[in-house]
Amino acid sequence: MSTLNSSGPQTADAPTPDDAFHEATGLDARESQPPHGSGDGDGPVLAADGRPLKQSLKRALRAQKLRALMLIAPLLIFVLVTFIAPIADMLFRSVENQIVSDTLPRTTQALAGWDEDSGAMPPDNILAAFTYDMVAAAERKEHTRLGTRLNYEMTGISSLFRKTGRRVDDFGETYLDQFEALDPAWEEAKTWVRLMGDPDWLAANADWAAEADAAGRDFDKPAPPFELKPGIAAALPETADAYAEFARITQVEDEDNPAEEEPWAPVYLALFRDLAKQPAPDFAALAAPDRALLAPAAQAVPDFETVALADLYIKADEDWADPEVWKTIKAFSPDYTSGYFLASVDLQKTVDGVSAQPEDRQIYMLLFKRTLFMSMVIMGSCVLLGYPIAYLLSNLPMRTSNLLLILVLLPFWTSLLVRTSAWKVLLQQQGVINDILVWAHIVADDARLVMINNQFGTIVAMTHILLPFMILPLYSVMKTIPPSYVRAAKSLGATNWTAFWRVYFPQSVPGIGAGCILVFILAIGYYITPELVGGTTGTFISNRIAYHISSSLNWGLAAALGTILLAVVLILYWLYDRLVGIDNVSLG
Amino acid sequence: MKLKSILLSTGIALVGAPMALAQEMADSMTLVSWGGAYQQSQINAYSDPYKEMHEGLTVVWDESSNEAVAKLRAMNEAGNVTWDLVDVTAADAMRLCDEGLAMEIDHDEMLAPAPDGTPASDDFGETIVSDCFIPQIVYSITFGYRQDMVGDTPPESVCAIFDTETYPGKRSLEKRPINNVEWALLCDGVPKDEIYDVLETEEGQDRALAKLDTIKDDVIWWSAGADTPQLLADGEVVMGSTYNGRLFSLIAEQGQPVNMLWDGQVYDLDGWIIPEGLPEDRLARAMDFVKFATDTQRLADQAKYISYGPARASSAPLVSTHATLGIEMAPHMPTDPANAQNTFLQNFEWWADYRDDLDAKFQAWLAK
Repeated sequence: MSTLNSSGPQTADAPTPDDAFHEATGLDARESQPPHGSGDGDGPVLAADGRPLKQSLKRALRAQKLRALMLIAPLLIFVLVTFIAPIADMLFRSVENQIVSDTLPRTTQALAGWDEDSGAMPPDNILAAFTYDMVAAAERKEHTRLGTRLNYEMTGISSLFRKTGRRVDDFGETYLDQFEALDPAWEEAKTWVRLMGDPDWLAANADWAAEADAAGRDFDKPAPPFELKPGIAAALPETADAYAEFARITQVEDEDNPAEEEPWAPVYLALFRDLAKQPAPDFAALAAPDRALLAPAAQAVPDFETVALADLYIKADEDWADPEVWKTIKAFSPDYTSGYFLASVDLQKTVDGVSAQPEDRQIYMLLFKRTLFMSMVIMGSCVLLGYPIAYLLSNLPMRTSNLLLILVLLPFWTSLLVRTSAWKVLLQQQGVINDILVWAHIVADDARLVMINNQFGTIVAMTHILLPFMILPLYSVMKTIPPSYVRAAKSLGATNWTAFWRVYFPQSVPGIGAGCILVFILAIGYYITPELVGGTTGTFISNRIAYHISSSLNWGLAAALGTILLAVVLILYWLYDRLVGIDNVSLG
Repeated sequence: MKLKSILLSTGIALVGAPMALAQEMADSMTLVSWGGAYQQSQINAYSDPYKEMHEGLTVVWDESSNEAVAKLRAMNEAGNVTWDLVDVTAADAMRLCDEGLAMEIDHDEMLAPAPDGTPASDDFGETIVSDCFIPQIVYSITFGYRQDMVGDTPPESVCAIFDTETYPGKRSLEKRPINNVEWALLCDGVPKDEIYDVLETEEGQDRALAKLDTIKDDVIWWSAGADTPQLLADGEVVMGSTYNGRLFSLIAEQGQPVNMLWDGQVYDLDGWIIPEGLPEDRLARAMDFVKFATDTQRLADQAKYISYGPARASSAPLVSTHATLGIEMAPHMPTDPANAQNTFLQNFEWWADYRDDLDAKFQAWLAK
């Protein structure tokens, strides 16, 4: 190997296995060409153990790479688990929308076939599906969560769902009463469970109940999950579905026994709908007792007093009559939605497609533009103020420059809130600067300058706060610029300015690049300072993100806004790389 | 039948738990509140006496009520709720309840009745705005003004905020639509009981914003409760809205030349919620504490330290003097009849619906 190294590419560094590897690849390449000159090139070069050199080198390298990977593994895993994964998870929320189809599975399916341009409420079959979904969601206390979610899209849905959730378990009571009048057996939990439940499950459940009674309070063995009787779903599809949902919720949410609970009213609604279907349902596959129970009911159903579901909903809240509500549910039925992203660029998603937000609600594009513009201004003023300071720092004698450096770092170590509040004291209308100006008769007492709670205040405060992030990389780069270059330029006849501009400045560009990237990226995501001193014209997009995270709980929109912000930063970074070159950035 | 079984099971959980599990209460609990003087008043009135009664109990206070809703949601998603009792505003309690993050409560079963036996739900009355909410205090968002900046005609009506002729200078308002749009309509001639009907319409919202537009350049918008007192103390604003307790401490404790404007004040409520999904021993402890901390005497005691009105009707007669200043507290309560001549209670349900929509419009209007 040592012979190979000596003939390998000459670098100033000590030889590495990589060099050897390149060398070996080079050898291979030479082999594949017809030999000329040195004629001993038949067959691959072999290592001492007789394997091809390339292979054994690869093996040696793999082991080393593995070792390197294992060394960084703790950090890599740490970063992945605590940083990348949570961010990815959070950003993923910007498209996630399963809550609608999870909470209203039947409705979203039924609505897919609904003609949203009908201008009316959906027909009874969709409303029935919605009723089964709603009563289950209300029992699980999930309907209000969905209401909150949909309220982001249409104002008023929140209370619509909250109010309706309280009443929906009465929907179908008309049918409940009539079935009971027909045959009191319908009132019995046992009738239902025998009609619907799988015989094996019934037996297992009875055993479980007996065991529970015997054990008393501390019994915590889970009940056997409810199973439908084979064939019942074919004969009474809606009823079987509604009852199975009822049984599951009774078991899981209430920890009760379905064999002892009368089903909620919408199950009777389902039974009525099944029995009233044309052509009449076929009970041939059912056992005799079930047929005996259902046959008279099926006969009586055509004479039942009916109630339109639409009326029940309108009675619960007249907003249900508004087709817009149903359109919103339909538009947000899919598991993934572009709605949040559209909202974050002042568009809105409707069932007919994409349209602009009403003008009086457009804000995000304005804030994005403002955030970018102000971050640029802050970055620019940091360069202007930071460059001379960094120059001084790196050219003064050690003792003085250390003192200066401490002055730069001192505010850096001070709490952000303290510094921001200090600017308030300085800049406000009854503040220090205005007082001095009034005292010096530069401004009149009744015409004090407004320097805070606007863009100016934000720019001043943030420039001050971010200045160290500009000075430090500049300083570390300038420190490495040998003073002899400028002296040489001068000795060759350059003026002070030319020597600075043509010789010194180009060498300090990597520091400017690093400082600009740091300041800009920090500025773009700032929110405490703009919140405190920004007033109305100096707030950033991050203030809205914070609002949606902590106040409105619209995490989807916050995630979409955050994703866009991240994308903008990455694009700008890429642009910067193309224009300036990221190699020209030095953090010291 | 369904309802009965729910009532029964909660009944067993609620009544049964404190009795049967008396020995199984957790020996530490984490309470979440707002920090500052308000939290101190809770420590003095509730947790210190409770700790004396229960040897060996550790009480940890967390000052996170400000972002309680978001944090509770995050904790719930992570499946690790570390809080036992959280102090939130009524609007936040409603949201937490809607999100399924707060436990529903049977107020009569869980809370102590009034000394005369009135059940808790009647004693708290309409302050129970959500099934999850355990009311604690009534506070109000009201105005304070600088005595020395209003000339000889101190403002008597909330509409003085829109009167920049008589009261030139800046005013501070909260940077959100709630309360501001109500005041705007009130001062634009809308009768108090029609405000929310008007606000429900597009024109009504535009009307409110148009009214606010007349003073837009004269407003400093605040987002922290401490802003207005500071601005008043500095003389930056001539008048400003904030929580009445903040103004009380500015006036009574710090002696600033500021007066309260008891007009058009908007009542708001603050209280406890119990996070959903607590383990049994911690739940038992939280319920035991909250029953103690919301009884008639404890709520009256809190008013010794801060000028917020107790949420129970039966506590009002027991309100006494300030613990250190020795002044009579009743006249400083937002609920005092002399202060409550022209007030209104925020419509929480309405705001739960319209908050997002109006906030978007309000912020867009602000940014213009």
